Amino acid sequence: MTLLQLNAVGHVYLGRPVLEQVTLQVNQGEMVALVGPSGCGKSTLAQIAAGLIIPRHGQVERGYARCAFVFQEPRLLPWATVEANVALGLSGLPVARSERRARVAAACDRVSLEEGDWQKFPSQLSGGMRQRTALARALVADPDFLYFDEPFTALDAALRRRMQHLVVATASDSGKGGLFITHDIHEALRICHRIAVLDRCGHGILECVAVPETPGHRSEEMIFETARRLISDHPLFAVVEEHDERRLA
Amino acid sequence: MGLAYRAGKVGRFLWSGWAGLSGLAVFAAVWQLGAEAYGSFVLPAPAETIQALFRLAADPDNRILVLSTSLRGIAGFSLAAVIGTMAGVVAGYHPAIMRLARPQVTLLIGVPPIAWIVLLMIWFGMGAGTVIATAAIAASPLVFVGAAEGIQTRDRGLEDMARMAGLSWLARLFQISLRQMLHAVFPALVMALGTAFKAAVMAELLANAGGIGGALANARSALDVEAALAWILLSVTALISVEYGIVQPLRAEAEAWREAAQPWGVRR
Repeated sequence: MTLLQLNAVGHVYLGRPVLEQVTLQVNQGEMVALVGPSGCGKSTLAQIAAGLIIPRHGQVERGYARCAFVFQEPRLLPWATVEANVALGLSGLPVARSERRARVAAACDRVSLEEGDWQKFPSQLSGGMRQRTALARALVADPDFLYFDEPFTALDAALRRRMQHLVVATASDSGKGGLFITHDIHEALRICHRIAVLDRCGHGILECVAVPETPGHRSEEMIFETARRLISDHPLFAVVEEHDERRLA
Repeated sequence: MGLAYRAGKVGRFLWSGWAGLSGLAVFAAVWQLGAEAYGSFVLPAPAETIQALFRLAADPDNRILVLSTSLRGIAGFSLAAVIGTMAGVVAGYHPAIMRLARPQVTLLIGVPPIAWIVLLMIWFGMGAGTVIATAAIAASPLVFVGAAEGIQTRDRGLEDMARMAGLSWLARLFQISLRQMLHAVFPALVMALGTAFKAAVMAELLANAGGIGGALANARSALDVEAALAWILLSVTALISVEYGIVQPLRAEAEAWREAAQPWGVRR
């Protein structure tokens, strides 16, 4: 079953095309990584797919009932406690107060947020705890599709690895669909079932590669070897390693 | 957020009053110097003025005058808060409306309150209506600017997040946008409250509408500087009571998270 279908999607910012002819399909139970150099339009594409931006061209078909979005920054309400921030993910759902509390507690447990931290404000949390709160907010309503827009870029290596395991355990391995934006090929190999490479100028998906084995069951050796092979042997993946942002026209 | 937390918060707030009192003491010292330099006919000493204040406050009729001015000031402030906030929110969301509203705000700020008082005396007569309307007109531009600024500078990323979390546009307005606006609105409300009280006293004095302004007019005609200063102190006391009795507690409740965000050492 197709949960997300992008057909020839294109978008323009201030008269300058940033995306053209992008076609992508995400099926149920599949986490697809979208990689590409900085500035190629990955985040714009994710926001178009999620409905935050209306595309200039093409169609977006969404086959899921409920989705959630984990942004690059945690985007927590600074005036709300961890518990209230996580409960925001249940907005619009007819959930009784007692069930709401239970679901918030379960979501916090899933991302290893201790009960003593649930009444804290975001300013009292570390960067990792804030991002875990954002993840809990995304998971609390049990969405059938998840968008991740480079959610762990600002975290240190150890914390990023821990968060990646958390995503694998809570999303990639649970039959949900998802689109994971990253420019880290190792992260994509660790979390996703398929890797789509976006052209450096946003002119379509250049290649879509299926990753062997399932997320969570891949060894570190396999991940590093596959990453090395993809980058050195596959010319299309070379763009992922480019650090220069696309120049403004 | 238990009882102990609230008691601690109130205790810290009261304790922080020492800093304010020490500031007032410096002001009183400068006042005393002025009184000694010019004599008590021109500028009575702070102690004499405070004694006069207690004499005035002991009279129930005077307490009614203070209450009447306070209620008029609060009514004008409330009108300004409601109208200014609503107009500011609309202008903050729509840049075109903001461009249209800017000249009106400049006009409202630029026209001296005395001009409004003359017009309002003609429209509403010499009663409370003139005083309340003057206070509202003087205070509303401040609230408008604060609300519009708060909406314009809101974090739109939070709105996108709320949209993805499933909040309706009305829920986003009340739970996200208006909540973010508070950081700009509360300082504007504090300014507006002071402006409303000042405008109310001035309108009472010029329109002969009773209240503290009326009593000040009487003190002026009797050349009673001590009484005039005592009435001014009473009006400031009424303003401080409203600000610290209503506006600041509301602010503390709505912005409790800011205290948590402050680093240790800055909190007390």
